[in-house]
Amino acid sequence: MIERSTEILDAVAVRFAGDSGDGMQLTGTQFTETTAIAGNDLATFPDFPAEIRAPAGSLAGVSGFQVHFSSQEVFTPGDEPDVLIAMNPAALKVNLADLKKGGILILNSEQFTTKNLERVGYASNPIEDGSLANYHVIQVDVTGITLRAIQELGLNQRAAVRSKNFFALGLVYWLFSRDMQHTLDWIDQTMEKKDPTVAEANRRALRAGWNYGETTEAFAHRYDIPKAPIEPGRYKNITGNEATALGFLAAAELSGLELFLGSYPITPASDILHALSRQKHLGVKTFQAEDEIAAIGAVIGAAYAGGLGLTTTSGPGVALKSEAMNLGIMLELPFVIADVQRGGPSTGLPTKTEQSDLLQVMYGRNGESPIPVVAAAGPGDCFYAAIEACRIAIESMTPVVFLSDGYVANGAEPWRIPQMSDLPKIPVVFHTQAEGFKPYDRDEKLSRPWAVPGTPGLEHRIGGLEKQNITGNISYDPNNHDAMVRLRAEKVRRIADRLPPTTIHGDPDGKVLVVGWGGTFGALRAGVEKVRALGHRVGHVHLRHLNPFPNDLGEILGRYEQVLVPELNLGQLLMMLRARYLVNAHGLNKVQGKPFKESEIVRAILARLEA
Amino acid sequence: MSLYPKLPSTDASALTRKDFQTDQDVRWCPGCGDYAILAQVHKTLPELGIPRENFVFISGIGCSSRFPYYTNTFGMHSIHGRAPSIATGVKTLRPDLSVWVVTGDGDALSIGGNHLIHALRRNVDLKILMFNNRIYGLTKGQYSPTSEKGKKTKSTPMGSVDYPFNPISLALSAEATFVARSVDVDAKHLGAVLERAARHKGSAFVEIYQNCNIFNDGAFEYLTDRATKADHELRLEHGKPVRFGPNGERGVALDASMRPVVVDVATYGEDRLLVHDETNEAMAFFLSRLVHPDFPTPVGVFRAVERPTYDGLVAEQVDAAVARGKGGGVQALLDGGETWTV
Repeated sequence: MIERSTEILDAVAVRFAGDSGDGMQLTGTQFTETTAIAGNDLATFPDFPAEIRAPAGSLAGVSGFQVHFSSQEVFTPGDEPDVLIAMNPAALKVNLADLKKGGILILNSEQFTTKNLERVGYASNPIEDGSLANYHVIQVDVTGITLRAIQELGLNQRAAVRSKNFFALGLVYWLFSRDMQHTLDWIDQTMEKKDPTVAEANRRALRAGWNYGETTEAFAHRYDIPKAPIEPGRYKNITGNEATALGFLAAAELSGLELFLGSYPITPASDILHALSRQKHLGVKTFQAEDEIAAIGAVIGAAYAGGLGLTTTSGPGVALKSEAMNLGIMLELPFVIADVQRGGPSTGLPTKTEQSDLLQVMYGRNGESPIPVVAAAGPGDCFYAAIEACRIAIESMTPVVFLSDGYVANGAEPWRIPQMSDLPKIPVVFHTQAEGFKPYDRDEKLSRPWAVPGTPGLEHRIGGLEKQNITGNISYDPNNHDAMVRLRAEKVRRIADRLPPTTIHGDPDGKVLVVGWGGTFGALRAGVEKVRALGHRVGHVHLRHLNPFPNDLGEILGRYEQVLVPELNLGQLLMMLRARYLVNAHGLNKVQGKPFKESEIVRAILARLEA
Repeated sequence: MSLYPKLPSTDASALTRKDFQTDQDVRWCPGCGDYAILAQVHKTLPELGIPRENFVFISGIGCSSRFPYYTNTFGMHSIHGRAPSIATGVKTLRPDLSVWVVTGDGDALSIGGNHLIHALRRNVDLKILMFNNRIYGLTKGQYSPTSEKGKKTKSTPMGSVDYPFNPISLALSAEATFVARSVDVDAKHLGAVLERAARHKGSAFVEIYQNCNIFNDGAFEYLTDRATKADHELRLEHGKPVRFGPNGERGVALDASMRPVVVDVATYGEDRLLVHDETNEAMAFFLSRLVHPDFPTPVGVFRAVERPTYDGLVAEQVDAAVARGKGGGVQALLDGGETWTV
């Protein structure tokens, strides 16, 4: 037993990196769950290749998972990891540049063979050539020790090698003084039945990793990150896609409507389809369509028939759905198009994040085509944004776009479990009165009646041709068309009258207002906090509603000398704000398929302060 | 937990064709075959014992897709080619409704080909009426995916080089459980086919030869002209020999290499003719390949088989899951999985 001090840290970011076959996503997820249970606040960033099985050991096949955990509130997955676990030379090559100078670098030395090194373009072995001198390098024969730890189980070599990620996990658990019980339980529950030998191999590998930390002299310290001050309650870890699925289920329950999902598989939205397909016991009907168009077509049919319609997709799917979205706008039927954005244009970067669909969902259709747009600010927030999208759709009888992105969808965070009884119901009124029924009559929200098939006396026809106001009959009258175009726009505008006042974080007026939307929330909030801590008057507004904008937004923008709009695109919200409010706002724009770093936001705000 | 208005259904037995007519002026060209089809549908609907409020007609774009405006049921004139997908949503959410798709050769087979074949293979309980006039009417006369090769139109001044679809073969290959053909002006035959389609449980595909008297007049004259009709029309009847002609004197048989041949019944022998069997898919496909002018044109039901419907199977899975469920709704789901308390 080696005597070692335990160092107490505020915050640490750990990145697991390896080949896509190395189980890094699973390792990261396990570490995340254990860390959450230990009481830290945290944020994660899974980063994996688009290829299902890229060639083993190649740069293209590197998969990573970063966890940032702290005794304070955490807003981002962390700019630079403090610890990098690289399971092969490719993982080292792809990730080393991000590692903090002086950080801990754990290498699976067995993989650093001449052949593997050459394959990814290393002329010499970085372990030996001094190029890693700035880091605290710990070489471990992860594969070898794992194989020895489980050899008596009699697994074949290929199966046995697969346990090596559990060795790495065990070692990192030891390093951060974490309890292994959660992962041991998880192995019992998910692996024991399928293959008890593999389950046992993973248990032994996990313990071997822990014991390696305990007995080797490689580590001078262990670390502990005390619990964060977290609002009391029951928590679980949740990804954005999981929370999105739960949000739509909740909206169905709050409205009493049957949820109908029409979807076509697409990265990174497919997990919502998977999640909802498992909830048939709640009466959910899911339809995997032949294409994106049929998916939204079926949703329009379901909305017409009186269901809560939902279609889930990503940017390329939205492009295909745009004609049907317009039909929904013309029919004035309630349903939601959930767009989990990814890098574009075209096929773009399917597994990487971007915020570049805003203008597409706002304006990417023929004619004057107003559609409400809401955006989720983080994984847990997807739940509330999904409910909000459904509420607007039903209240205003309109399709609504729900925006998430790859970073939000796949990222996880500890989430305080909401109580359904705390959430306001979504009232639904199906029209039943046959006498005097006019399909395009409107209430004070300008919503038309929802008259579903099966209701006697309400037989009526609707369609994509322009309607006569009130009666809904086909009309080519020029003044009627002008009036209907304005009515549809005004209906969407009136949603703003029902929104609560905009929340400003930080200073309510001053030098710089940072305005953002969607998954950049964490980086923006962290950046604003940093700059305010330096004594500057800075505010942060994160928009849930992108169409219509809140009524007070223009006035808020006017309270600051500068407006900064950071986005993972070339300035889409920026364009909308400048056009609408004639404000001299400035963009901070990045399209690298990666989220903002806190430091990038800090630098941009400081630059604005000096401008 | 459904919120649908639970009002008493209206009396279906009191319905007449008048109940299905709307106050909208019918705006098809005078002389268009669509009028005859509309009349037959209005005659068929009251005979089905279904309350009027439970009918839903979905159409796409094209002349035929005006149909819902002229039929006093729930209806939607949607977007080009997508009617089968919209109808799939209606029927899957609400299996209690009688859902019909009205479409044309361009709408169903060109822009909407994908949705048509997938609705058919899934066996969604839809009645799909495809008016085939072998031309684009609404856009004023371009060739369609069923126009014959060499067709001269505005977009093919030197003649079309496209090979056409055979809609019946296509529907059969898409695993449709009910496939039939009729002709706009043959009121009695069309009415009988529509009624069988309506009563079929599953996807019913009906190709209706329809005359566009403006852009493709006379396309099916050989089948509708009294002088030639009997020589060209082959009426399919389940369990009956495949024969045609003014007195049924000709028939269709297989030659040694399994090719169709037209034979003289008297010399060939009636017992050697093919006998139509609606449940035999090879027979249905074989008959679908009998194409004018080399062969008589079969009309009637090519195929009628039972297979569980998509909407029925979806409802079954949901019902089974609901029955097995432990209750607790969404809260139970939120509370489930790995949780911890702070």
